[in-house]
Amino acid sequence: MTLQLDNNGRLQHLLTTEGLPRALLERLLDRAEPYARAAEAGFKKDPLLVGKTVVNLFFENSTRTRTTFELAATRLSADVINLQVSASSTAKGETLLDTLKTLEAMQADMFVIRHEASGAAHFFAEHAAPGVAILNAGDGRHAHPTQALLDAFTIRRHRPRFEGLAVAIVGDIVHSRVARSNIHCLRSLGCTDLRVVGPPTLIPAGIAELGVSVEHNLARGLDGVDVIILLRLQKERMVGAFLPSLGEFHRDYGLTRERLAKLKPELLVMHPGPINRGVEIEGEVAYGRQSLILDQVRNGVAVRMAVMAEILGQAG
Amino acid sequence: MNSSTLIRNVRLLCPASGLDIVSDILLRDGRIAHLGAGAAAGQQILDGSGCWLMPAAIDLAARLREPGATQKASIASETEAALAAGVATLCMPPDTRPVADTAAVVDRIHAKAAQAGAARVRVLGALTQGLAGEALAELSALKAAGVVGVSNGQRPLANSLVARRALEYAQGLGLTVHVQAIDPALSNGGCAHEGAIATRLGLAPIPVAAEVAAIRQWISLVEDTGGRVHFGRLSSARGAELIESAQQRDLPVSADVAAHQLFLTDAALEGFNAQAHLLPPLRGEDDRQALRSAVARGVITAICSDHQPHEPDAKINPFPLTEPGASGVETLLPLAIRLVHEGLLTPLQMAERLVDGPARVLDLPLPIIELGASLPLVLIDPRKEWTLQAGELRSRGHNTPFAGWQFRGKALHSFV
Repeated sequence: MTLQLDNNGRLQHLLTTEGLPRALLERLLDRAEPYARAAEAGFKKDPLLVGKTVVNLFFENSTRTRTTFELAATRLSADVINLQVSASSTAKGETLLDTLKTLEAMQADMFVIRHEASGAAHFFAEHAAPGVAILNAGDGRHAHPTQALLDAFTIRRHRPRFEGLAVAIVGDIVHSRVARSNIHCLRSLGCTDLRVVGPPTLIPAGIAELGVSVEHNLARGLDGVDVIILLRLQKERMVGAFLPSLGEFHRDYGLTRERLAKLKPELLVMHPGPINRGVEIEGEVAYGRQSLILDQVRNGVAVRMAVMAEILGQAG
Repeated sequence: MNSSTLIRNVRLLCPASGLDIVSDILLRDGRIAHLGAGAAAGQQILDGSGCWLMPAAIDLAARLREPGATQKASIASETEAALAAGVATLCMPPDTRPVADTAAVVDRIHAKAAQAGAARVRVLGALTQGLAGEALAELSALKAAGVVGVSNGQRPLANSLVARRALEYAQGLGLTVHVQAIDPALSNGGCAHEGAIATRLGLAPIPVAAEVAAIRQWISLVEDTGGRVHFGRLSSARGAELIESAQQRDLPVSADVAAHQLFLTDAALEGFNAQAHLLPPLRGEDDRQALRSAVARGVITAICSDHQPHEPDAKINPFPLTEPGASGVETLLPLAIRLVHEGLLTPLQMAERLVDGPARVLDLPLPIIELGASLPLVLIDPRKEWTLQAGELRSRGHNTPFAGWQFRGKALHSFV
């Protein structure tokens, strides 16, 4: 995984949290801290990236994620271009490589890319011109590194040390890039009790080799945890016979007030959003005392600012 | 041809006769004119010390991309590359465009190959019309056109009843059904072996059960009908196990493996390496070892190239969007020789897996090195060290997972 680090160990692309050294992860989290505080104090703009161009290149619909990247870039004073590329336009003879090269010609400094194919960000990074950075905003089931960083940032603000923390990731692990990125990131930060919880159809083969334990029973999976990360269940997955019904999933794996009452009182509840009320989580839990779901959204901007600053801010 | 070549002190390998001796051999006008000491000098005299001479390889699975995909390769380009690499016979799956489901398409392929004048091309006829998996193709007409077996390629059959009837009908004609065992529902559009690596990379998995379920189904049809089935491109330990148990029960089933499956595992996918995007997928180390053992013990009787040349664009995409397959015909012999160096096969066994095993599957006569015989031969230097550069492949497809590999041994020359 040297594609994202240069010879001096500096971040040149952010493709995945896998293989990133702990010191670098911590540096990114540290760097996000002043941005988060400045935003909380009402000082939002930073001139760091004046003159830089960031292109949001989204092959998958996602207004929310794209908006946080856009906000991050504008708060750092970069010029931002948003491109929503439909799969059909690339099917008309223009290859992904053509799309990249065309946009490179507009002298962009960074591409923020979301694509439905796993490995898309690696592909762009391999083919990008020198000095053009790739920031992965989600590639298939593979990785969503800024989500993992913002989750870690959000946890750290409440629990400064990852050692000794027990974290459960619950739900559709098999299709989740968020789960994979969180696992790599939290492991590197020192978290040793990581669990994935869900029915066997939603747990991918060999996931334990990433350093997690697998649990199919929610009560056992949540026993003694400090943090729960719920994943969004894609309703369209139902057709693949992954689950009998959303109702059954909610009964067996949904986080309810009743379940929460049996767990540690200081437990933190997280979800990358958007939530399916009554599926992964009960509505009142989502906005309850222990929920950090809105903090995650807020911190997303600061963390993405930190990543952009880290990659583009010192390139000169 | 009007030429004669004397090769001195060469190790002759003839699996059909069991011949494995060092001798002189004189080739004149495409025939073996003399064996043993005392041959008259040829126009060309080669020192064969340390080299092997064996019947040229028969490759059970090579896609030549013609007709229909000539942006990738052509019959002329691939037969020439094959012959230079010591492969004199190529067996082509029917999934061309148009599909090889009529005698006209088969005739056209044979004519093109004859015109190219390099490796000989044998065709597997389509099992079903258009490979659509529903109505049988005119198998009798295909047989009359000279197909060496029938197959639905990688396309699925509509259901197991079609499979059973196809097998029965082919059996009546004495045609072997070639099966690439992939259950479409279980493989579900996946692109990597189900396991920790696919999970980490987020690639849609193809479980081993996709191969096993399909083999089981076909074996049960063989049990019913006695029809002959050849399973191509095995990828898993459990697949090889099933073949072995069927053979122990004297069922008429055979199997081959692609050479790359004996050397690579899903670890080659690291970094989203599209050159390792293959179908069936590269599997785990246990599978690789089991396939090697099945080759050594003769459960798997043929090693093929599964040659699938591509234009560069086919591999320039994020991994799941790239086309599967590797250009393999030029690595077939080098990899097989490597099995000898690694002690898995003797040179004679290697020749058996490259020549007689495939010939039996296709019902071709076994080539024999004897006085007066006319057969394609290949001269191999098993000591020659070289490094594979993708750009130097003679195939139009430069897509290989072996770029940068250091090999010891290659074909020096093919005699036809």
